[in-house]
Amino acid sequence: MEDRTMSKLQLITKGLIKENPTFVLILGMCPTLATTTSAMNGMGMGFATLFVLVLSNMAISAAAPYIPDKVRIPSYIVIIAAFVTILQFIMQAYTPAMYETLGLFIPLIVVNCIVLGRAEAFANKNSVIDSACDGLGIGLGFTLALTVLGLIREIIGSGSAFGFKFISGDGILVFVLAPGAFLALGYLIVLFRKLTAKK
Amino acid sequence: MAVQSSFKNMVLCLLVICFVSSALLAVVYAVTKAPIEAAAAAKTNNAIAQVVPEFDGTPELSQINVAGTDYTYYKVSKDGAVAGYAIMAAATGFSGPVSLMVGVTADGIIYNTSVLSQSETPGLGAKCTEPAFADQFRNFNPAEKVLKVKKDGGDVDAITASTITSRAYTNAVQIAIDVYKAITTGAQPDAASGASVSANGSSEPENNGGQDNE
Repeated sequence: MEDRTMSKLQLITKGLIKENPTFVLILGMCPTLATTTSAMNGMGMGFATLFVLVLSNMAISAAAPYIPDKVRIPSYIVIIAAFVTILQFIMQAYTPAMYETLGLFIPLIVVNCIVLGRAEAFANKNSVIDSACDGLGIGLGFTLALTVLGLIREIIGSGSAFGFKFISGDGILVFVLAPGAFLALGYLIVLFRKLTAKK
Repeated sequence: MAVQSSFKNMVLCLLVICFVSSALLAVVYAVTKAPIEAAAAAKTNNAIAQVVPEFDGTPELSQINVAGTDYTYYKVSKDGAVAGYAIMAAATGFSGPVSLMVGVTADGIIYNTSVLSQSETPGLGAKCTEPAFADQFRNFNPAEKVLKVKKDGGDVDAITASTITSRAYTNAVQIAIDVYKAITTGAQPDAASGASVSANGSSEPENNGGQDNE
């Protein structure tokens, strides 16, 4: 399934464009829609997922040869949940403001289908290093997508970018609310597909 | 890669994974415990410092029961005399509770208020955290002004299109005033204001114009 001869760099860039989890695989939509009210929030969520993705990919890749087939999913979930809880402790301790904004969506990374999907589709049949690169690539792709989506919603919705206000007054409020997330995401997917389509 | 599944190796495998995971968590918990507590304490102290006049020493945490509900408040002192109280109060807004830290000085004037948490609509009700609305409560003397939004015959300017949020904010401040009275005089709120505290928020019919929906 995966090309065994892919270089480490290819493994990373593939997650950014060819297999971008948000724009191409359309995975992990719940946090994508819910946390991208601003560029900072989107980026925070992206990096939180990246952290879990890299570590869980590495741990699962290392443990996979010893896990009996029938209990592999519960095993993966426990491993992922452990890393998510570690992330939660760290965020609570050192970035309490970001932790409060993302709130519920941090524990929900446990059931994020991107993380389990990479464990099942890639990490359990590839080496630790390759799995780390894959996690890094997919994580960066997710972060990029969420940051761009958050940035667009923030610019149109509140007239600011990364918290820096450059239009006084309100923007088009609907873009900060849930329907705007769908609208912005839909157009972004169209644009992304248009740009990456094979000629 | 696949290991043949047998009852013994499945149990063993899950046991080992759970054990290693919990051991790892225990270590991280132990390491982050102190910083997490420090961050939470810093947040509370920050909120207190924002809403009360200058004080020395540490705020004194206490609880009081007013009209059947327990409220948490912090007493701050300067040079041995009570400088004010920071009272935590909440009222139901448009999409959840609006929790405030309300600072009341020793002579019963609201010094300042700050929002601890709210989940109102961004751009509408969430504007209650902005100075344009919140600063109305700075140095608000409840003895001279009426603590209600203008639509209800009070002296508080509501946020445009966010009357319910403005009411919730005002109610939370009113609750804090009741708590303040209970702290200083031991008096429970009279029937009228006690009733207004519980009846407002979600149950009141909202029949304003189309824009006035929050």
